[in-house]
Amino acid sequence: MPTYQFKVNGESRTVDVSEDMPLLWVLRDHLDLAGTKYGCGIALCGSCTVHLDGIAVRSCALTMSMVEGKSITTIEGLSKDGSHPVQEAWKEIDVPQCGYCQAGQIMTASAFLEKNPNPNAEEIKEAMDGNICRCASYSRIFKAVELASTKMA
Amino acid sequence: MTTKDTTITFSRRAFMRTSSLAGGGLIIGFNLFQACKPKAAAPIDLASLNYNDFNAFIKIADNGAVTIFSPNPEIGQGVKTSMPMIIAEELDVAWSNVHVEQGILDTHNYTRQVAGGSQSIRFGWEPLRQTGATARQMLVNAAAARWGVDPSECTTNEGVITNAAGESLGYGEVVKEAAAMEVPDNVKLKAIKDFKIIGKDAANVDIDEIITGKPLFGSDYKTPGMVYASVMRPPAFGQKLESFDDTETRSVPGVIDVLKFGEKIAVLANDTWTAMKAKELLKATWKADTTLESTEDHDTILLGLLDGNKFETLRADGNVKKAFAEADKILERTYESPFLPHNCLEPMNFYADVTEEKVHLAGPIQTPERTAMMIAEMLDRDMNQVHLEMTRMGGGFGRRLYGDFAMEAAEISNLARKPIKVIFSREDDMADGIYRPAIKYRIKAAIKDGKVTGYHLKEAAINSNMYGLIPNFFPAGAIENYQVDVAKYNSNITTGAWRAPYTNFLAFAEQSFFDELAETLETDKVQLRLDLLQNVKGSKDDRIQYSPERMEKVIKMAVDKSGWGKQPEGVFQGFVNYYCHNSHVAEVANVVVEDGTPVVKKITCVVDCGIVVNPLGAMNQAEGGVIDGVGHAMFGDFAFKDGEPQAKNFDKYRLIRMSEAPEVDVHFMKNEFSPTGLGEPTLPPAGGAIANAMKAATGKRLYKQPFTKYPELMSVPQKEIIG
Repeated sequence: MPTYQFKVNGESRTVDVSEDMPLLWVLRDHLDLAGTKYGCGIALCGSCTVHLDGIAVRSCALTMSMVEGKSITTIEGLSKDGSHPVQEAWKEIDVPQCGYCQAGQIMTASAFLEKNPNPNAEEIKEAMDGNICRCASYSRIFKAVELASTKMA
Repeated sequence: MTTKDTTITFSRRAFMRTSSLAGGGLIIGFNLFQACKPKAAAPIDLASLNYNDFNAFIKIADNGAVTIFSPNPEIGQGVKTSMPMIIAEELDVAWSNVHVEQGILDTHNYTRQVAGGSQSIRFGWEPLRQTGATARQMLVNAAAARWGVDPSECTTNEGVITNAAGESLGYGEVVKEAAAMEVPDNVKLKAIKDFKIIGKDAANVDIDEIITGKPLFGSDYKTPGMVYASVMRPPAFGQKLESFDDTETRSVPGVIDVLKFGEKIAVLANDTWTAMKAKELLKATWKADTTLESTEDHDTILLGLLDGNKFETLRADGNVKKAFAEADKILERTYESPFLPHNCLEPMNFYADVTEEKVHLAGPIQTPERTAMMIAEMLDRDMNQVHLEMTRMGGGFGRRLYGDFAMEAAEISNLARKPIKVIFSREDDMADGIYRPAIKYRIKAAIKDGKVTGYHLKEAAINSNMYGLIPNFFPAGAIENYQVDVAKYNSNITTGAWRAPYTNFLAFAEQSFFDELAETLETDKVQLRLDLLQNVKGSKDDRIQYSPERMEKVIKMAVDKSGWGKQPEGVFQGFVNYYCHNSHVAEVANVVVEDGTPVVKKITCVVDCGIVVNPLGAMNQAEGGVIDGVGHAMFGDFAFKDGEPQAKNFDKYRLIRMSEAPEVDVHFMKNEFSPTGLGEPTLPPAGGAIANAMKAATGKRLYKQPFTKYPELMSVPQKEIIG
């Protein structure tokens, strides 16, 4: 099997996996970074969102050849101690119900606010529309993104 | 006749035991679910108890630190936070000093360790309060003995006991003596007005782990040497496995084994991706074993049942036949709903390690006890050999009441003699479901002299009918001649509970019908409901489940909070009131027409679920329930063709997204009634509220869910999601 080299949460990693294995499963099963979640496998639910060189991407749809030499950030690496402003906002608003989608929501929100630190309501909704929350905690996700934007501004 | 009393009698001695901890401190064990059995058995011999008989604990360390082990499965309904809050309140400790852990996980000794039916808090309320109060009293008794004073002279506050002379001792300082004390009877509970924790916002106890991506869920569970199993099941309901060729599958690097069990084939591999991918390479042939059913067949069959006369009568008051014969006017309408998959965002999965000595199970399950028992029976093992760990669940919605995936894991591990985890792909999860059954209702009302004199509700359902209490919900008791009849068709498609079973669609049918009934009677829509409730007040019928007084209050508050009847121009409203899971709810939907399309802007929701233990968590549940109800009423569609589900992932199955979610404005009724259900009751009214508002906005009455069946109203397709 081919070998791939890339950075995860600042650390250089080398993995030996089949060339069609999506980054999601490399993270979860081979690197024991289970914070990134599987929801649909076809890039429609957003649970598997990570940052690739700072851009939010669906890790279920990224093969390792697309990741080779790149830098990946997962929920585990967003901050050392949960102190990223988006994580703090999530905590202050007490967003989660079951909590399964929230890592993906946080990764989408953090990449979005990095690009657009002062979004309006429509921009937030558009940015977050690719992330499903089956418990429908959407009002709180929205409020947390708004709150995080004030923290990041 | 009011809402059923939620007080449950129990014997304290039968469910509590204390002892010193080896490392110092006091531990109090209690069996919450033995305690909640109505009329619990007489006190049993304490000496015969061991700690396996308990499913929840309070631990107080020498330094005063308090740990509460929460007994119930956590599916996102928040009980891991709210159940310990109830104990901490009566124990009289500061919530900020309490550490919460998931309760004892080996469930085979216990009863009712279940997440379902919105009943955890309702059943737990009294025993949890008693537990906290008993522990507090033992600590007080220990301090009083040391001081040589009467315990009644002592007070407590946030973990500190003070006597009349002003001397103080922390809980941690007296735990050793307290552990040796007899469990007192007749402890005094706090007055509701003195609550300091209950009724105050408390954050989810797992919030830090969730926002930092710690492994909490079943899908994150991993042990050394564990392998992954992806299972191929018949693609259509009604099919059997004829033969298969696994040559290609076995040639995939990382594949460990291919095993046939029953009508299924498991592919075992070193990682999830390899197992899923290699499964796709199996060449299986399937043959029809029973009928391959399609949605069109179900539509014909269910309508045929409604037209026929083979019903079971669940409740009959007066004489509906006579009421219809004598009516001036009759209104009859039929309402239709599809099957629905649950689509928990965490697909089904379960871990099993079956060895000669034991059966170790772990994963997300709403019914750990029943599942462990079924597996013990399947493997012909003693229950003492079966150990089940509960993980946090990425949603349940009823799907995780069923242990099919756990049984698969146990069966595969038993065959392979390896620790394995069964993992469903999204496609497996959606296509191998235990669905909400498709149901149709026909409602008929008799009107005479401007009054509703008869009401006849008929249900035609796939596989199972409404449970026995539902015919005693509103409007039972409000209409003199009232009858509920049910009929069913047995299908080979597996069906089961889905968040707020039956009521999730029945509320839409009945509340749409009341709206139309008010139009027929040319009366105000809210007034019709209030008038009907007057007939129930003072009723001696103890079968009636709801309280007309509490229902009236939520209706009036919803009118007030939503500005019902005073909405600005261009805003159209729809009203619904409903009772289920022992709670009363009213919802008002606001719809506006944008570019010719009705859009749901806001839902006002008033809930009477008694005392709200954790308002922060309760608000989340209530909002989520409303939006879940909106989403499935608008978009949830699931059809079968020749036994095969026509949607298997989110490209074909539409779930509501943030931009489609209306604003939700939730208000809780403030009262001192014991808590009732909240995980489900805000969902059922949402669909009806929207439908009634849609009618007001467009003149079009909706009889079918999802509302995408009305393309003229729902012209907005699912947005393209860019992955």
